[in-house]
This record gives sequence, structure tokens and C-alpha cells, in this order.
Amino acid sequence: MYERGARRWLVLALFLGPSLLGVLLFVAGPIVASLALAFTSWDLLTPPTFAGLRNFDRLSRDLEFWAALRHTVTFLAGYVPLVLVTGLAVAVALNGRVPARGAFRAIFFLPVVTSWVAVALVWKWLLNPQFGLVNAWLAQLGVRGPAWLFDPGWAMPSVIMTSVWKDTGFVMVILLAGLQAIPREYFEAAAIDGASRWQQLRHVTVPLLAPAIFFALTISLINSFQVFDQVYVMTGGGPAGATTVLVERIVKQAFSFSRMGYASAMSWVLFVLIFATTFAFSRLQRRWS
Amino acid sequence: MRHPWRWGSLLGTLAVVAGAFVMLVPFAWMLSTSLKPSSALLVLPPRFVPEEATVEPYRSVMAAFPMLRVFFNSAVVALATTAGQLVVASLSGYAFARFRFWGRDVLFYGYLATLMVPFAVTITPLFIIVRTFGWTNAYAGLIVPTMFTAFGTFLMRQFFLTLPRELEEAATLDGAGTLATFVRVIVPITGPAFATLGIFAFMASWNNFLWPLLIVSDRQFMTLPLALATLQGIYPGQTQWNLVMAGTVISVVPMILVFLLAQRWVIEGVTTSGLKG
Repeated sequence: MYERGARRWLVLALFLGPSLLGVLLFVAGPIVASLALAFTSWDLLTPPTFAGLRNFDRLSRDLEFWAALRHTVTFLAGYVPLVLVTGLAVAVALNGRVPARGAFRAIFFLPVVTSWVAVALVWKWLLNPQFGLVNAWLAQLGVRGPAWLFDPGWAMPSVIMTSVWKDTGFVMVILLAGLQAIPREYFEAAAIDGASRWQQLRHVTVPLLAPAIFFALTISLINSFQVFDQVYVMTGGGPAGATTVLVERIVKQAFSFSRMGYASAMSWVLFVLIFATTFAFSRLQRRWS
Repeated sequence: MRHPWRWGSLLGTLAVVAGAFVMLVPFAWMLSTSLKPSSALLVLPPRFVPEEATVEPYRSVMAAFPMLRVFFNSAVVALATTAGQLVVASLSGYAFARFRFWGRDVLFYGYLATLMVPFAVTITPLFIIVRTFGWTNAYAGLIVPTMFTAFGTFLMRQFFLTLPRELEEAATLDGAGTLATFVRVIVPITGPAFATLGIFAFMASWNNFLWPLLIVSDRQFMTLPLALATLQGIYPGQTQWNLVMAGTVISVVPMILVFLLAQRWVIEGVTTSGLKG
């Protein structure tokens, strides 16, 4: 910046102004407002009233909230390990000598660029108990398929499976970037020493890939705490409330029941959970490496 | 003599082919269903290749829902959001990379801090702000709030930091002001960063569901994901899957084309951000 005096401010305002104004109004402002709202009671019709810690107190006794938290953790515990394993497997396979590697990479990435709504709808139809393709193919193998999204016990596993299908390519891309940074000589040296492919994977690939794996793990954790689109479209939280999740609860409290303060309080609990988990994992990584 | 590599490669290739099959089947099923007459939906066992292909579901979905308008909405919103993000993010990214002003670094950390906060935290106040502006069921509500992201500013700043300062110094010696230098010297070489952020912003906007769901109820202002989610519920009792899949095909084809044409930038955007749009 070479301007002086008033012109200098004008240039600064021109460059930084739009972003600063927008971020304050649509990002930072709402974050602060949401924190304030968490301590109020507000139904949008009457002015908000100060509620102290009452929202959080009610939250601690809200069975639907605890159920949603439990389902979110179930989703996370199923989805995160599975998507990391499938993503790692595909990344390792597609880092090796495979014909038409580029085409295969693109195929595995296809679901990542597809919208969640489209993916959720296709899988809802694939998993249709009567007329869906999955149960038809299972029947040909002599297996009677479950009712999937209509069965309280199978609904969450179905949502997890669909999410793993969609995000495998995402983890693959992150891990491929990490794999390509490992020098070939390491694998050659291990092979000369007689290491099998499995031993190479365990003792060369995984340790050297640790930072990329941790990055993928952290991102997957953060994303799975916020699981929403697929649940909303595939089950709507059902059957019998078996798949309600935190963001879906927040949206429902705010926009169906007009409990703005209560929804904000819940969203801050979600934030703290994400923050604490991410922090714990980054600590773990530091100790591990 | 053992050949562990050859066997391993063969097994690996087979596994990859099997995996790719699992990835492609849902897309093929989507297309196949979208070409079936309604009577073929309830045939058991379901046929993968339709006995007689028909474009009737596409015609029906256009009749049942303003799909052309919805498609146009998605395109307008995604393009406007992308253009807005590129302008806002490049200007502010340049300010953070090159200007010296009081509180710059603190402000930049503030930007970064907002990246950690989940969208769910902001939705309540954001909705109220947008409603106050009268931007529900309007393009402005779909476009403007999504134009300002700390991520975009961050990405552009990192790119500008890699450029040598000599570039600007030469222009300044010729007497050009900061804005002229930026437009004439910097913007022309910012192509790669524009491509990464642009594709990413486009994808995020095209696939966005939660935000349109909160602020749009009028079909005339729905974007594709919201329209599809609405479409599955408009026939009480029985979802017309051939219509829904026809709509789904319409919604995924443009994004897949963008991906195939600009694979490199899509993947770069996703890897650097860790966001999936």
C-alpha cells in the first residue's frame, strides 16, 4: 500500500471493507448473538427475556436431546473408523500399479461431488425393502434383507453405510496426497529386506502417513458431529426417533417450535463437543508422533 | 521363486474394480429408474436395464414441479455466490497479505477462529437477520450471506504471500496506485487460486441444502437439493421414484460435468479445505 493519509484509508476500506462488513454481519455477529441467545428465552413473537442457565438446565433433563446425542455418537463411532479404513484401502490400492488409475480415482470421487440430497434419495430407493435393488440382489443370494430405513435397528447402520459410500473418495484424496509424499525408495528398501505387502503397509505406509490420517480423522470427526442432510432426507429422524441427531434437533427446536434460545444453547453444546474432541485428538497426535 | 507383487497387484486390481462397481451402481440405478414407466417400478425382481426406456418421468417431473425454474435458480445462486466470493476473498486476502495496518494479525486470527464454529451455531441469528432484511424466499437470502467466508480470504492470502513483492514494485515505480496494481498485475496471475476457490464455492453452493431449507418455502425460489427433498414427499403415501430419480439426474449431471472438466481444481479445493461442499 503506497497511498498516504486519507487515500490510504480509502484503499484499505475498498479492499478489506466488503469482507469485514460481510463477515461481521453474517458470520461473527451471528456467532456472538447465538452465544447471547443461549442465555435467553425467545419465541420470536415476544421480546427475548433473560433466562440465565435455564436453557442448559432444561437441556440436561431433555431426553430427546440425550437420545440425539447418543445417536450422533453412534453415527460417529460407526462412520469414522469405517470411512478411514475404506479410504485408506482405496488410496493404497490406487497409489500402486493399477491400470487406468486416473479413471478409478475419478469414479471413487464421484459421490463426493454429488449433493447429499441426491445421494440420500438414491440410497433410500436402493434400500427400499420391497422394490429396492439391494434386497432384490440379497434375495438372489438366498438372504432375506432387512427393512433397512424402516427398521429402528437397521436405520442408523444404513445411514452410516451410505455416508461411508459417499465419503470414501474424500478420505482417499487426502490420503493419496500423503502417500505421494512418501519416497518410493522406502518401499523398495522394505521389499529388498523381504517385507511382505502387509508388513510394508503396517511398518512403512501407516507411520509415514500418520499426519494425513490424523487430518482425515479430524475432519471426519468434525463433519460427523454435524451430520444432518442424509438423516433429514433418508429417515427424518425416524423410525420411532431412532436416528434423531443433534443438528436435526437444533433445527427442529428453532424452526418448528420457535425456541430460539433453547436451540442456540444446544448449538453451543455441539460446538463445545466438537472443540473438545478436536483438541483431545490433536493432543493425542502430538504425543503419538 | 515367489511373485508376491504380481499376485498382490492382481488382487489389488480386482478389489479396485469391485469397489468401483459399488461406486457406480447407485448412479446407474438412478439413471435406469429415471427412464422407467411407473408400472415398471413395482416389478419383482427389479430389472437393472429398463425393458422399455421412456423419457416420460422427465416430462412428468417438469409438470409436477417448476424444475426449469429450480434449475435456473441453482445456476444463478451458484454463479453469483462464486463470483461474489472471488471478488470479496481476493480483495481481503490481498489486504491481509500485503497491507500493514493496525490490528491486522489479530483480525486475521479472528477470521481463522470463525472457521472452527459449526454452521449450526449461527443459523438462528442468521435466519433472524435475513428475515429482517426481507430476504426469505428471495435470491438475496440465498446468495449474499454465503458470499463471505473466512476460508476464501485465508486461501487467497496464502496464495498472495507466495508472490514476490518485486511484481508490485515495478508497477508502483510507473506511478500506478494500489488498486490499479492489483487489477493489472496481480489479478492476471491469480488464475490457479481463483480456480481452486471458484470451483469449491460453486460446488458448495450447488449442493447446499440446510440453508435453503431454512429460508425458502416458495417453490419458485427453491434450489435443486431442496426441490428434490420436497419432491419425494409431494405424493402422499407413495414416492414416485422414477420422477424423483429424473429430478436427481437433472441435478447431478451439471456437477459431474464440472468435476470431469476441472478434476484437478476440484480435488485441490477439497484437499486444502477439508470441506466437501
